[in-house]
Amino acid sequence: METLIIILIGILTAVATYLILSRNIIRVILGTAVFSHAVHLLILTMGGLKKGSVPLLKEADAPYTDALPQALILTAIVISFAVTAFILVLAYRAYQDLGSDDLHALRGTNDE
Amino acid sequence: MNNIIVLPLILPIMVGVLLVFLRPYIRLQRIISLLTMIGVACISVYILNRIQTEGIMRLDFGGWKPPFGILFVADSFSALLVLTASVVTAICLIYAFSSIGERHERMFFYPFILFLVAGVNGSFLTGDLFNLFVCFEVMLLASYVLVTLGGEKAQLRESIKYVVINILSSWFFLVALAYLYGTVGTLNMAHISERVAEAGQGPLLTTVSILFLIVFSLKAGLLLFFWLPGSYSAPPTVIAALFGALLTKVGIYALFRTFTLIFYHEPSITHNLIGIMAGITLIVGCMGAVAYKDVRQIASYNVVIAVGFMLIGLAVGTQTSLEGSIYYIIHDMIAKAMLFLLVGTMIVLTGVTKFDQMSGLIRNYPLFSWMFFVVTCSLAGIPPLSGFVGKVLVGQGAIENGSYVLVALAFISSVVVLYSLLRIFLNSIFGETIISPEDELPLKKGLLIPIVLLGIGTISLGLEAEVLSSYVSDAANTLFNPSIYIDAVLSGNK
Repeated sequence: METLIIILIGILTAVATYLILSRNIIRVILGTAVFSHAVHLLILTMGGLKKGSVPLLKEADAPYTDALPQALILTAIVISFAVTAFILVLAYRAYQDLGSDDLHALRGTNDE
Repeated sequence: MNNIIVLPLILPIMVGVLLVFLRPYIRLQRIISLLTMIGVACISVYILNRIQTEGIMRLDFGGWKPPFGILFVADSFSALLVLTASVVTAICLIYAFSSIGERHERMFFYPFILFLVAGVNGSFLTGDLFNLFVCFEVMLLASYVLVTLGGEKAQLRESIKYVVINILSSWFFLVALAYLYGTVGTLNMAHISERVAEAGQGPLLTTVSILFLIVFSLKAGLLLFFWLPGSYSAPPTVIAALFGALLTKVGIYALFRTFTLIFYHEPSITHNLIGIMAGITLIVGCMGAVAYKDVRQIASYNVVIAVGFMLIGLAVGTQTSLEGSIYYIIHDMIAKAMLFLLVGTMIVLTGVTKFDQMSGLIRNYPLFSWMFFVVTCSLAGIPPLSGFVGKVLVGQGAIENGSYVLVALAFISSVVVLYSLLRIFLNSIFGETIISPEDELPLKKGLLIPIVLLGIGTISLGLEAEVLSSYVSDAANTLFNPSIYIDAVLSGNK
């Protein structure tokens, strides 16, 4: 199971890398979103999948599942949600003001 | 009474939230934010002195004993950095009062400055690696807002790159954390260090450590600094000054913490790599600093050079060189804030950004011009200013260790720093006065006072280095002997 998930993470990372290398800014943002999904899965897998029972004391005989990765992922999801919302607004504002969503056009002047 | 070490994080956040509701009352916002920063500075002085008498302080949140809960740990190194960061922010706030403009102040400028400081202080104080990630994100989100605030075209253009780069480096941080957690099964830094020491730092852990090196190098601008000059020269002066003074230092702090506390077993791989990266950073930073005519670009490349210099102290890794680096970090926070404020003020006064288009400012603004001379000497490490002690100690440590190439690079870079800033000084401050007294823009007191305060800071830090020396040597001692930190965290329940 773990191997399968790791391969999935690899595929997600490859897709995200492809997206983030493109010129269109919306694709770059989607790339960062896919990146964050990949790493959340990675953290989950690192804690071990389907091992032990629910992490509630006295509910079952040990061993319990490690609950920490879930807590970490929850925090990471909230953060990536906020950041993605911010960069979407930023991209929209930049598109309005600069009139382009192409990153090559946003390179800035070279004469400085 | 260990609860006090959470205040440098909590106080700015609480006040920041309060200030959001006080949006129309700009005067009140100014007073409250300045008082908060002065308060945090006083608290950190108190913490620093308590650490000297009682040893490292820690606070276990929710009563969860380490290694299970999240905790804050204050040793001399973190307390010194919290103190310097708070003082520099307070002084930059004074500059902001008369420079940033009402449009920014109405758009929650002060709350975001406070959130930024909260993130910075949290990163210095936390003893948990995942909490470090969270504090980084608090700091970065505030910095994203501050870098775009105002919505100038250049700001929007540069901030997209800045945000994407930082999202990517946060992603690497999470990957590194996941691998580390999968390997050692804990996130408490002291506990990680203990487990790494027990298991031995094998190839897998060394690889993880290099992932951390990449992450923190991106934040610190060590070698991977391509994003830095653009995004530090786009925002308004005071924000650029805060970024130049604080943000890279957080990355540097994280590098020092991880590579002295956790991954110190394979110096032939990791510390050599840091040394090579620091050397290349110095060379490329020096090229940048002499290549441009835009004064903000020159200041940004000076940030890069300083990063390379501080990390030589870590790469060498002797107690003397660590001590020198700590001195230098403190000095650099003050001097870089001062440099950015000076350069920004020059642009405001003359209306041009290139130094060969300015001339003879010393006739128009004498005190201001001499302050530029002070910061030039300070950054070049000329005694008796503050840069000197750090440079001497880093050099001494590197010679003890036989790293002659790094010593040579470090001191050549000092000469280049001197050259790059003297070029500005000779062209725009000396030379023929081209601004006639009638056209001269008045230099507001509110802009001059913070610069003079920082100037006094760098001079007194150089003259009175003995006052700091006991704190700094304690900080270097803790960094050099990780067992002190580990014992303070894992044994004994205060």
